[in-house]
Amino acid sequence: MTGLLITPSQTIGPFFAMRLPWPDGPYVVPQDTPGAIRITGRVYDGAGNVVPDALIETWQADPDGRFAHPDDPRGPGGSTFRGFGRCPTGPDGSYHIVTLKPGPLPCPEGGTEAPHLDVSVFARGLLNRVVTRLYFPDETVANAADPVLSSIAETGRRDTLIAREQPGGGLRFDIRLQGDGETVFFDV
Amino acid sequence: MTTDVRAPAPPGGLVLPAYSRPRGVHPPLDYPDYRSTALRAPKKPMVLLPHRLTEVTGPLLGAELVAPSDSDLTRQHDGEPQGERIIVTGRVLDSDGRPVPDTLIEIWQTNAAGRYRHVRDDHPAPLDPNFTGVGRCITDSAGTYRFITIKPGAYPWRNSYNAWRAAHIHFSLFGRAFTQRLITQMYFPGDPLQPADPVMNAVPDEKARQRMVAAFSIEETQPEWALGYRWDIVLRGREATVFEEGGNR
Repeated sequence: MTGLLITPSQTIGPFFAMRLPWPDGPYVVPQDTPGAIRITGRVYDGAGNVVPDALIETWQADPDGRFAHPDDPRGPGGSTFRGFGRCPTGPDGSYHIVTLKPGPLPCPEGGTEAPHLDVSVFARGLLNRVVTRLYFPDETVANAADPVLSSIAETGRRDTLIAREQPGGGLRFDIRLQGDGETVFFDV
Repeated sequence: MTTDVRAPAPPGGLVLPAYSRPRGVHPPLDYPDYRSTALRAPKKPMVLLPHRLTEVTGPLLGAELVAPSDSDLTRQHDGEPQGERIIVTGRVLDSDGRPVPDTLIEIWQTNAAGRYRHVRDDHPAPLDPNFTGVGRCITDSAGTYRFITIKPGAYPWRNSYNAWRAAHIHFSLFGRAFTQRLITQMYFPGDPLQPADPVMNAVPDEKARQRMVAAFSIEETQPEWALGYRWDIVLRGREATVFEEGGNR
C-alpha cells in the first residue's frame, strides 16, 4: 500500500524570506476585486510575544465552493481561482491575506462544511508546519453544523478558529501557537 | 443537510482520495534539543482532521512562476560564484511510487562560506556577489527536478555552545494536495556535523533521517565541470478511498 518511506519535515528556519515570499503572495485576488476581503492577524508564541519570522499559507475553495483541481470529483465548474495565499509575518508578527469568501462544501459522508480556509503556519522553531482553519463570523448557523468545528471536544476552544469582524472592515484572525488561548491545530 | 451547498455532491456521492498518515517519520514539534521549539510548539493535542475537499486538493502553481535561470543558481549574476559547483537532481514521488509531475519546488541555501544572503544572518563569513542562493523549478512529467548550484557551507548558530548546522539546502514542495505540502532540508553524505545537528536528529527514525541525505552520483557528475548528487523526495501517498462503498482497503 504505502511502499516508500516519506521524506521527513524540517523547520523552515529563519531565512526563508530569501525565496518564499512572492510579490502577489498575499493577494489570492487583486485588492480591487468586487467582494474582496482583507484578513489580518498576528502570530504569537507561548510567552505572548509576536512571531516576526513565520510564514502563513492559506488554501480554500472559490465563492461557489469549487476547486480548480482534478481531484475535486464535481469537476472544476469553470473555476480558475488560485485559492492560495502566502504571507510572511512582519516585525510586529502581522500578516495579511486578500481573498474572496469561499462557498460551503459538501462532505463525502454527507452534510456540509461551513466556509473555511485551511491555514498552514511555518516558522523557525516549528519542526513541521502546524495547520489550523479559519471560519467566518457571519456563518453562525453553518459553523454550528460544521463537522470539523463540531469535532473539537474542548468546546471552549472552537472560537479560536472563528475570525472576528474588524471595526474598519475586514477580518481579524490571530494565531496563538502556545499558551493561553492556544489556537486549535489539526492532525492532517 | 446539503440544501445550502452551492456546488452539491454529484449523484452517487463524493468519492475522494485519502492520503496516508505516516507515523514516526516527522519530527515531534516539542523537541528541547532545538531550543526555539520551547515557546513555539503547541502544547495541546492536535485534533484529527479527516481529509475532505479542502485537504485533497491544493494549489497547482505552475510554470508562470519559473524562469529558466531559476534552476541554475550559478548563472544568476554576471560572474561565477565561489565554491564547489554541484548538480542536485532526483524525482518527487509519493509513497506509492507514483511520480509527482508539474509541481513547484523552491530552494534556498547559504553560499560556499556558510552565509545566507539575508539581513538577519550575521555570521562573519563573506557574502558572494555572484551568489544569491535561491532557486525554483517545476518537476517534469516523470517527477524529475534538477538544480545546478554551489555546495553550501556549514555555519554556526546559537542553539547551544559551539553549535554548527550541518550543510543543507532548504526545499519547499507543494505536491498535488494540501496534505502533501512539505518543507524539508537536504543534507550531504559524510558530513561529520550531522550526528550533533538537533534539527536533523529531531527526526526520530534513522531510516527517515537518511531519507534527507542525498547520495553522491558519479552518473550525474559532469566530467571536468560539476559533482552530481541524487536526492528523491517522497510525499504522502494516496490510500484506498475511505468513503467509497465497497472500496478496497
